[in-house]
Amino acid sequence: MTISGRPAAAPQAGNSGEIVVQGVGKDYGAGAFSKCVMRNCSFTIESGKLTVMIGPSGCGKSTLIRLLAGFERPTVGEIRIDGEIVTAPGKDRLVVFQESALFPWMTSMDNILYGPRARGEMGPNTREHAGFLLKKVGLEAFRDKYPSQLSGGMQRRAELARAMINNPKVMILDEPFRGLDAMSKELMWEYYAALFEESHRTNFFITTDIDEAIYLADRLIVMTNIPMRVRTVIDLELPRPRRLADIFDNEHANDVKMTVLSLLHEEAMKSFSGGSKAASDFVEAYARRTGKGATA
Amino acid sequence: MQAAVFSRASLQLPMPSQATRRAVVSILLFIVFWEAGSRSKEWLGTALPWIGMVPAPSAVLQVWGGLLTDPGYWQSWYLSLMRVLMGFTAAMLVGIPLGLLMAVSRVFNDMWFPSFEVLRPIPPLAWVPASIIFWPTQELSIGFVTFLGAFFAVVINVVGGAKSIDTRFFHAARAMGASQWDIFRRVVLPATLPSIVVGSSVGMGITWNVVVAAEMISGGGSSGSGGGLGFFIWNSYVGGSYEQIVVGMISIGIAGYACSEALRRLGGLATPWLRKR
Repeated sequence: MTISGRPAAAPQAGNSGEIVVQGVGKDYGAGAFSKCVMRNCSFTIESGKLTVMIGPSGCGKSTLIRLLAGFERPTVGEIRIDGEIVTAPGKDRLVVFQESALFPWMTSMDNILYGPRARGEMGPNTREHAGFLLKKVGLEAFRDKYPSQLSGGMQRRAELARAMINNPKVMILDEPFRGLDAMSKELMWEYYAALFEESHRTNFFITTDIDEAIYLADRLIVMTNIPMRVRTVIDLELPRPRRLADIFDNEHANDVKMTVLSLLHEEAMKSFSGGSKAASDFVEAYARRTGKGATA
Repeated sequence: MQAAVFSRASLQLPMPSQATRRAVVSILLFIVFWEAGSRSKEWLGTALPWIGMVPAPSAVLQVWGGLLTDPGYWQSWYLSLMRVLMGFTAAMLVGIPLGLLMAVSRVFNDMWFPSFEVLRPIPPLAWVPASIIFWPTQELSIGFVTFLGAFFAVVINVVGGAKSIDTRFFHAARAMGASQWDIFRRVVLPATLPSIVVGSSVGMGITWNVVVAAEMISGGGSSGSGGGLGFFIWNSYVGGSYEQIVVGMISIGIAGYACSEALRRLGGLATPWLRKR
């Protein structure tokens, strides 16, 4: 499939990119030192939907990303994309990582053109299309700048554009807005939601931020603590295009938020007894938020 | 280790005029103190044990002025510079591919690293006698020792740089469908470039150290003049011209500085993403 002949804004048809995760488990190490990170994990990422996964930090979400991307293979179970088992990285699914993986030695433009160049798919319109994508993420003035000259939020947007030019069936995002300040984060949510609403590409978004999860999700998958399993799946019935103000007033959104928070609280408590620092931080934050005591 | 000396700031190109002014003041002050020191055999009633023996800058300049029209002096410059450039270029040509190979291939690394680590601590000057015996011409033996000086610095820096590339860059490239060759060419190579620049700067410095000493030990050229700057100094010492010794030393300093500066500029041009921030 080539990008060159495609009209600039063409979104992938909404009927592909379905991911089925079936009975997946992942162990690291062997013998007495083996650690089970994921156990009997099953869920479906529907095509054309924005599925958000939320779970306590350190619960194994990043492991799942590596499995979905094909960098690692599951110990048991299988992952299928449109019916085909994932065995290796492929450009049908692109991962946007937590830390910026933009190449520091390339300008924004060259970073975005990396995929087409690497696959030898540079057509007469590819450059133009890259320029269009840069414009779309608001970086047209920064096409000849290096990543070190961009702010954190700009780097994330450049990375989104770099993924989009490959026109993947699925975009996988691993806490992409972590570490941004609150203001840029909200701006990035709006940017990202608009990009999604325009294309209705299959998106899988991993986060630990409940507000982010509810603002973005069509479907919310709540995970248990390590070893990771699916705890609950919630479908959100919120209108699109979404606006931040609507979410704060929406009763359904607030209900979901309270449900998810109490689930996450339970999960965090489990590992709190296991002595996890991250979990104890979460329990404290949760207690402050809900006014409940942290002792249970 | 050596790399730490070359901070990112020192690789930046445009020298602010303020820094230039300070440099000029610093050099002028140095010359004034030197002149005063070597003219006064006594300082505040105390005899200075050695500074009075050093020729004053004025005397040195006078001798230097005479040498400027002496083709033998320029011949020394030319010979040393050629040896440095040859040794250095050879070190880059062999060292960069070797370092990259050691970084990307486990098998290659396992095979080469032990012998490399045994050879590395041997000072280049310890190679001089063996080098004179093994190489057919004197020029080649000096060139070889010069090469060794830069070679290890280049390899160590290239290996270190290439091995410390973040795996997320490889993940990203693979996910976008890049081939191994493409990853090498457009990820490994540019990511290692800053280390190559640092390694070559360090190597260039060592090269000048080595070439001068090698010229002194090996006796330099065929006869009296034309044996390179190291031999020029040695010859001046034997001939008893202290001014010429100092001229030779300063010439080496200037030549070394010019080479390092040229490298810094080239390095800056090759790594624009480090410069513009």
